[in-house]
Amino acid sequence: MKFVDEFRDDELIGRARDEIDRLADPSRHYRIMEVCGGHTHAIYRFGLKDVLPPNIELIHGPGCPVCVLPMGRIDDGLSIAEQPEVIFAAFGDMMRVPGTKGSPLDHQARGMDVRIVYSPLDALKLARSNPDRHVMFFAIGFETTAPSTALTLMRARAEGVANFSVFCNHVTIVPAIRAILDSPDMRLDAFVGPGHVSTVIGCRPYEWIARDEGRPIVVSGFEPLDILQAIVMLLRQIAERRAEVENAYRRVVPWEGNRAALRAMADVFELRPYFEWRGLGFISQSALRIRDEYAPWDAERRFVVPSLRVTDPKAAQCGEVLKGVLKPAQCKLFGKECTPERPVGALMVSSEGSCAAYFNYEHRKVAADSATAQV
Amino acid sequence: MCLAIPGKIVELLAGSATGALVEVIGVRRKIDLGLLADDMPVPGDWVLIHVGFAMSKISDADARDQLEMLRLLGESEAATAEVTGYGLGDEDDGQVRQ
Repeated sequence: MKFVDEFRDDELIGRARDEIDRLADPSRHYRIMEVCGGHTHAIYRFGLKDVLPPNIELIHGPGCPVCVLPMGRIDDGLSIAEQPEVIFAAFGDMMRVPGTKGSPLDHQARGMDVRIVYSPLDALKLARSNPDRHVMFFAIGFETTAPSTALTLMRARAEGVANFSVFCNHVTIVPAIRAILDSPDMRLDAFVGPGHVSTVIGCRPYEWIARDEGRPIVVSGFEPLDILQAIVMLLRQIAERRAEVENAYRRVVPWEGNRAALRAMADVFELRPYFEWRGLGFISQSALRIRDEYAPWDAERRFVVPSLRVTDPKAAQCGEVLKGVLKPAQCKLFGKECTPERPVGALMVSSEGSCAAYFNYEHRKVAADSATAQV
Repeated sequence: MCLAIPGKIVELLAGSATGALVEVIGVRRKIDLGLLADDMPVPGDWVLIHVGFAMSKISDADARDQLEMLRLLGESEAATAEVTGYGLGDEDDGQVRQ
């Protein structure tokens, strides 16, 4: 069953497939990483692996913000919210991510005031409407999301909202790509560049990947045809021994990015010297913290944070899966102790996590196919 | 959370420098245009929305494609829930939502 068949542009997709078959050298193996979790989701949902020749392997990258957040940060955020005046506000994606003593939803069930918000501005609004409480927004996300948190903090300061703070976990994608390229067990030939991160940062920050590392990178949209065309462009670069940054998502991504968004980020955030990533360890200058000018709205300065380092559950192999060393189904817990309904690791929580994507599309498909075969 | 939702600008809100009313999948909600300060959209323009902020302007055709893709990704419900959730407290002033 090929999900991609239900999509429009059948003819164009067929042409992209032909082009991939023509360009891929059957005598070699290609390892292409899609950096962004949105792409991972789309690849599984549309069954794109089924339309690629077997010697093209897609490796799922670190671009799922929920998945790369170490458990210690979740514990730290929840420990602040143990104080009765604090309201813990976060996006829905965060709510089922397990900390040492359970997820934010588990804490809510035990009496913590936990609220889902869909925009950081709504967390600020919650603070305004609850003047006797303190609202802490647990911020996650790459450069797609960080500018929105920045504008929210600028507004909090301009309006003098004193009972609002941000627990900042914003991370930046380029140092993570560097860490992966530096990792000795990682052999990659090319990258599908993130779509919406690139609307903010543009394409220039990827130039070193092509220039210094000799790896082609093509920024792509999320439609099946977008992703297949990005793979065509990558294979063409490899065949022609070129390594360049190409933008196949020009309808949304400007080469220079979004200057207003970059300004907002630069005004409010600065780089942390280092930050821990689940699976990748400590990566220098890979995350954002709140500048001194915004210290009163920085939850990490306003509250005592335990800053505990927590190791992941031993049996879970999230780190290896995150680095692409293991496939999701090769983890010992996959589909047994760890399912989307009862996730042990964060990769099983978010629809952008490779384990949840694999479980929802591949695993269920295999289960359904074998059930059909038995009939 | 990387996927962006297309919306059509219905009205720029008076009394707010960057607030706008958009229509998304039949729902009208307030969003913020602060990230497009260098190239402000006008009513009738389509934008891609992420966590309550417009991230970029897109064409009508791309907006339609993006809506179709959200449907095929099985994300239409999540998108509707997200957009409906914008403006928490507008009606009920901070009730717990799940």
